[in-house]
Order: sequence, then C-alpha cells, then structure tokens
Amino acid sequence: MKASNSLWREQKIESSFPDLVREIDIYETEIELRKQGKMDEKLFAETRLRRGAYGQRYDNGKRWDGKETQTLPYPSSATELTKGVNTVWDAPGMERIKVPFGGMNPAQLEVMAELAEEYSDGIAHVTTRQDFQLHFIHVEDTPALMRRLAAVDMTTREACGNSVRNVTACPYSGVCSTEAFDVTPYARGLALFLLGHPDVQDFGRKFKVAFSGCKDEACGLVNMHDMGVIAVKKIVDGVEKRGFELYVGGGLGTVPHPAKLVEEFLPEEELLSTSQAISRVFARLGEKKNRNRARIKFLIAQLGVDEFKRLVDEERATLTPDPRWTAYLEEIHITDEKPLHPVEPLNTENYSEDFNKWYKTNIWHQKQEGYATATIALPLGDITADQLRGLADIARRFTNGTLRTTVDQNIVLRWISKGDLPEVYEALKELGLSQAGAGTIVDITSCPGTDTCKLGIAASRGLAGELRQRMAEKSHTMDEAVQNLHIKVSGCFNSCGQHHIADLGFYGVSRHSGNYTVPHFQVVLGGEWTHNGGSYGLAVGAVPAKRIPQVVDRLTGRYVAERLKGETFKDFIQRIGKVQIKNMLDDLTKIPTHDEDPSIYTDWGDSREFTIGDMGIGECAGEIVSHAEFGLAAAERQVFEAQILLDEKSYQQAGETAYASMLKAAQTLVEEVFFNVPKEPDRIVEEFRARFYDTKLFWDEYAGGKFGHYFLRAHEKVGEQYTADEAHRRVEEAQLVIEAAHSCYGKLLAAKTTLIALPGQQGS
Amino acid sequence: MNIQHINIKFYLENPEAVNFQEIAAAFNTWIQKKLLEELLIDVADYLHVHNGPGLMLIGHEADYSLDNRAGRLGLLYNRKKQLEGTTQDKLNQAAHAVLNAANILETENGLKFNGQEVQIVINDRLLVPNTIESFTAFEPDLKNFFDKLFNGTEYTLEQDANPRERFTVNVKAATRFDVQTLLQAFPAESVHV
Repeated sequence: MKASNSLWREQKIESSFPDLVREIDIYETEIELRKQGKMDEKLFAETRLRRGAYGQRYDNGKRWDGKETQTLPYPSSATELTKGVNTVWDAPGMERIKVPFGGMNPAQLEVMAELAEEYSDGIAHVTTRQDFQLHFIHVEDTPALMRRLAAVDMTTREACGNSVRNVTACPYSGVCSTEAFDVTPYARGLALFLLGHPDVQDFGRKFKVAFSGCKDEACGLVNMHDMGVIAVKKIVDGVEKRGFELYVGGGLGTVPHPAKLVEEFLPEEELLSTSQAISRVFARLGEKKNRNRARIKFLIAQLGVDEFKRLVDEERATLTPDPRWTAYLEEIHITDEKPLHPVEPLNTENYSEDFNKWYKTNIWHQKQEGYATATIALPLGDITADQLRGLADIARRFTNGTLRTTVDQNIVLRWISKGDLPEVYEALKELGLSQAGAGTIVDITSCPGTDTCKLGIAASRGLAGELRQRMAEKSHTMDEAVQNLHIKVSGCFNSCGQHHIADLGFYGVSRHSGNYTVPHFQVVLGGEWTHNGGSYGLAVGAVPAKRIPQVVDRLTGRYVAERLKGETFKDFIQRIGKVQIKNMLDDLTKIPTHDEDPSIYTDWGDSREFTIGDMGIGECAGEIVSHAEFGLAAAERQVFEAQILLDEKSYQQAGETAYASMLKAAQTLVEEVFFNVPKEPDRIVEEFRARFYDTKLFWDEYAGGKFGHYFLRAHEKVGEQYTADEAHRRVEEAQLVIEAAHSCYGKLLAAKTTLIALPGQQGS
Repeated sequence: MNIQHINIKFYLENPEAVNFQEIAAAFNTWIQKKLLEELLIDVADYLHVHNGPGLMLIGHEADYSLDNRAGRLGLLYNRKKQLEGTTQDKLNQAAHAVLNAANILETENGLKFNGQEVQIVINDRLLVPNTIESFTAFEPDLKNFFDKLFNGTEYTLEQDANPRERFTVNVKAATRFDVQTLLQAFPAESVHV
C-alpha cells in the first residue's frame, strides 16, 4: 500500500465533476468498513466493482505452479479478510478506467502514465471497450488512484459491475466522410447523464452502449451492444433533423445475439429520455436471480421487440421531464475539435520504405481536406508510461491534443496536417510506436486471458503475441486480401476478445489426453467486422493452442489460392463449407502423447505445464481413450453437423441436431456413473439432472449452472419450431454444453485419480 | 523525509545473451521454490512493448523485473510495501534484494551485471517530488549508503532533472564491481522484508 495515500486524501482536487470526488470519499469509507468487518463481503464486492476495481487471476490465494497448486500466503490471509467471495484482500486486482467515446487529452495520458508507474506494473492497457486498464493494484491504493484521475476529469465509476459500462463510439466521429454527423457530443451527453443515475443502479447485469456515425463500417460495433445507435438524418417539414436508428439486445458473451432495431428514427432530443426509459424497463423486468440470463438480450428474446418497444414507450410517457434530456444539446459544440496547424500538403519527396508502409496502413484521410488521422497500433493494447508521456508530447506538438482510444485496442491521433506526417512518424518511431499494419491481420485483438483474468482458460495474449510476430514478419509479402483480415482472440467463451466478429476468431478451451489437460482454441470462422459487427462466426472445431499458427497459415493460404474475384473471407468460408474446413484441420486436432511432444501440453508464453488439477501421470498415459472420450467426440460431431445444416438454412434440422448433440454429451456423462442408463431422452435428462445438474457437478466455476440450463431448456422445447435465430442460438448453446461436458469429465477423471491415489488403495 | 517505495536497478553487462524464455521459466521456478524472501505471485511478460518493463516477477511486497526502460536492460527491484526503519535500512533492504536476485541470475542463468552503474527511483511522486529540495534532503543518505556499497571507491550521483519523472538518481562508480563483492556490503542483520 502506498505511503502517500493519506496525502492524496488531503490534496485539493479541481474536477469538473465534484460529485465524482465525493463518490471516492464514500468508497474509501466503505473500504474501511469492510476492513473492520462492518460491511458484508458480497456487498463490498459489488461496491468495489462499481468503482472499476475488478478481481484478477489468483486472487483466491491459489496458483498452479506447474507441479502443484500452491497457496499464496498473503498477509491478509491470517485475518481471513476478503474483498469479495473467495477473494483475498491483499491479492492484486485490476482497475478499469472509463474513457467515454475513447476521447483522451495529453494531460490524461500523463496521469495514466503516472498511475501505471506508481500503482501498477508500468503498463497501461487499452481494452476492447475503449477503456484503460491497470493491473496488479492493491485495493487500498485505489482511492488515491481515483482522486488523481478525478483531477483530470476521468472516472472509474461504473466501469465494472451491474451498471452502464463505458459508452463507446467510433473513433473517427467528427472526421469521417461516411458519417451522417458527429456522434461525439451525444455519446458524451448520454455517458454523463447515465453515470450514477438512480435508474441504472438496479440492473441484474451490465449494460453496454455504443454509438456509430454510419451503418457500413465496423467502428461502432452497434450490432453487438445492449443498446446501440447509428446516426441518421431525416427531412421533417422541409428541415433536416438529426436522429438515430436505435438498436437493443445485441451482445456477444457465450451465445451472441444480434441487436434488434426498435426505432428507425429517434430524434436527438429523445435520445436521453428514451435511454432512461429503456434502463427502467430493463431494471424492472430484467432477470435478477440467474445472472446468466440477466442481460437485456434475454429480456428482449423473451418479450419480443414489439412488446419491448411498447413497454419502453409506455415508460417514457410516465417519466417526469428532466431538463438534462435536452440541455446538453445547447452545448453540442463542446466536443468540436480544431487543427493546431494549417493545411500543408505532404510533399512528394522520397520517403523511407518504413514510412510508406506506415502511411499505407495507419493513415486515414479525414473528411476535412488536408488532415489525417494516424493510428498508433499498440501490441496487445499495451503502452508503457514513457510512451504515454511521449505520445502526449506528440499530441501537443502536432494537434490540439485530439486523441481517441479504439475498440481494437489502439490509439488514434486526429487532426494532423498531412504535411506534418513525416515528422509525426519520426516522433512515433523514437517512442517505438510507429509499427505499420493498423487494422490488418497483424493488428490482433486479444482479451487478457490467463495472463490476468480469473475466467481465462487459455493464453489469448500469448497466442495473439505469437501470431502478431509471425504475421508482422511476412505481412508485406502477403496477398492484400489476407493482409486485410481480422484476427481476434478470447481466453474463454465469454468473448471479451470479440472472436465472433473476426474473420479468424479463437477462444480458449481445454481437452483431456490421458491424464493431462491440453490448452486448445476453438476456431471460429466467418464473422463480420464491418457493418457494425454485422454477423457472427461459428466454431468449426478445437485445435491445440500450439497449432493455431498452422491453422492460420492453412486457412489464409487456401483463401489466397482459391478465392473468387472480390470474394470476402466470410463468403469464401461459406462457399467451401465447414466439412472441407474440418477436413483441412483434422490432422491438427490429433493430440500427440506427452512423451512425443510435451510442448503441446503448455500454453503460449507460459512455461508451466497446463493442467487444471493435481492429476498424476497414470500408466499408458496418452494412450487410453475412454468410453467417455468417444461419446464426447460423437457429440462434437453432431454439433458440427448442426452447423452444416445451419449453413444450408435447414434451421429446423439444425436445431434438432444441436439438441441431439447435447443429449449425447449428457448421456456420455451419465454413463460414466450409471452405465446402463435407459436410452430414452426423458430418462437421460432425469438422470443428468439428478446426478450432474442438481449436484452442481456440471456447473462451471464462474458461469454456474448456465450450460446445464441450456440443455434442460432445449429438452423442454423438443418438438417446437426453430427460426433462424433460434437455431443459430441452439447450435451455439450446444457447443458450450459440450465444452462443459469435457470440463465435467475432467472433474470425474480427477476424482477417480484422487481415489486411486488414496493410501492402501494403490493398484485397486 | 519518509523514504518509501525504493526502486533500484543494476544494469546487465551482456543484455544480448539473455534468453528470455529461460528467464521466464526461472522466475516460475522461483515462485515454485519460494526462492526469495518476498511472496512471489506471477510472471508477466511485456517483452512486446518497446523499452518497457520487460519480464516481470510480480510479488506482494515487491516486483522484480528484467527491465528495459530507456533501452537499458537491467534487473529492477520495485519495493511496493512500506518498510519501517531508517532510510539506510530501506536502502539496504532494496539493494540486498536486487543483488541477491542478480546473484541467482548470474549463477543459474549466465547473466552478468556490471555493478558500476545503479539507478535509484522513489516510486511515489507526492511523497518525494523530483525536485532539487528532495535531492538535497536525500543526498546525505545516498552518500552514506553508496560509500559503504562501493567501499570507498569514488562515484557520482546525478539527479534526473526532468520534472515529469519520478525522483531519480543515477549513480556511477569509478570502477566495476561484481555482484558477489557488492553483496558483502550487507551484514545479514541489516536487511529485512
């Protein structure tokens, strides 16, 4: 804990938002109450989360060291002080800092640099929601950190927890030639209006909002948000009016849902009031007990869009008018930006090859003639304190301090006079920030994964780093069609790396081989990044983590060799079909024994053997294929068939086959403990419920009973008709149920091994 | 002046010889074997960023890192937990910790530290601002400490004048020292976690 924490409390903080400073005082009091045992740990956890202070891997005080799970003896362990359920007080955590619409100025960058150095590990991390995150922070340092942020008008409030998360927006808003108008002041207005608003304090789950200036580009990713708006203009009584297409109920998560259009033209003066009404309906009717079905997408799926809209309209009519609904429109130009330097054309001298590469991929021409936006491609979203300060200097030297973070974990510098670009490049190069390839296959998005996230299954950053290095080495000799593909990696099924909307997406899973666990990634193909994250890819199979680079090489190689003129990767995948893709990758899915290739049993960037328990090495390890492994493989085959049916638009059959795959997985597990279980589905379900669901054996440590619930609900709906959306969802759910079955089987295996190892029972 | 959160860095003589994959595995072994006095938690790899914190061994009381800030690779000890005692006690603790770790890396992993240049940073801008006044107040303690560390050999103390930096002093001795020799400056009872 920092020695200066008490000194920061005494500092006078000049903030444009004095309420935020008061909030920090309250939070600090809550920390003290928790330390004194006067505040319940669950309540403190939610309070902490709503201040952006999030848990981090190993904060339960346990860590697998490659040989055994070690207890980390934190000083607070002696008093059993926790900051949440199973979360040790002294264990370092993550602090998330909101950056509404990604807007930053140089002073804010400098403070971020100081915080990274003094409280964290010297690195600031840009997230896929335009936030910043700092890691390895002690909870008692967080109030001082928040005070320093408040002094530059930044907050962590409601950055995590069941609240309105950072409001994101296209980073080119205001300078983009395809936008209807600049959404920046609207994003800012809504973010400020909803921050701490009483109507957003009682959600069952988080709520994410995005703004986009146009429909066709990717930048806003409206389609995957709980609430998203796209700028549109309309002539009303001969006058041009600004408004928004309003979408609700989108989201990635374990099973992605595309957002639904609820309003074709929401007038600008109705944006805040309607958002408030949506919040109230969500707070009132959204699920509260089962957090796995608590996002607004489930409420909308349950009610239907029309009924949801009716309820929102009804709610809107009952709201007491609030002057803030339209007051922000009077200062609509508050976020307007101006250039620092006059237009100077880029002269025609011969520049270096490196400059030309950077210019080709990282420079984006603004709608304002003579100005450009430069993208700083951050490796894995990471930037050092020194780079942050250097970037602040560059922003002051060439612009009026106009910077934005992006959802692909980069930073853009706006309003650069094109004549300044060579100097900007040289200045960035000195900082090590001039890497070309922004927005290309090199520029890989990744969630934190097993590096710091408690939910991570596989090392998404490790894989992304490896792919980034490999792609960078050959990017400039690649076919242009491949250069422009997007790769996104998540450490688990929760999609923080946005793998569903990538051309090539990957998410972490595990598989068992003998008595070992092997890190794998599910390969997700055919997502659409453009059109605001227009459509979602589907998993085609799991491949050992160490072989994913080969997967990328094979798929991109075949795309180059066989694509039709102008054919997108998504269309190419659709055309050749999943059967061929599966055949292409089939040999890569085979797991060698530990003796043959021990490297397969470790993850990228992690020297420890990958495992989830203390299983010993049994005789004939790696050669035994159990009945259960066959059964789970059969279930995987079925879900694959369901995907093919989905591609063929045979929705009914796809849904039914997906259900059958879940049933097979369940039957496999039941047979592990009750081999002669009758084969009637009702009996299998009955036994599964009693033996695996009710006992919580099938539950995921973090997702709880969600996956078992998917199966039980699917069983209840047998015989019903499937729409395209429902069939798509059932296939996604089946994939997750099978993953959970693999995990559950691992638990059964571990329990058996433990039993075998009991004294006196060896050889039994 | 309440000196806390001392950072101390010794530079590598042979940075080109570092096998980071091997060091990452070594750091994991340090956690596994509880090799150091501090509670060690995890390894963090930031080798992908330019002139960054490199490879880190995250701990509760302190972090160790093969740090590449300013393009100079060295072993950095970042004391996070506050310490009781005099400023000399705190300098002794930090220096002993980093030299002890450097000694292991030399013995086990073939690294070589030059022992001639040292960087001291106080990682708390409010506690110790990077001002002339801070330097004036801290200088006697620094001199006292480095007189002993370098065993009377001449050295220079140079404050980094950049006001945006944390309080930073670069120290350079007239001759090189090896890590073993420097470690002898600390009697066992003078250091504690």
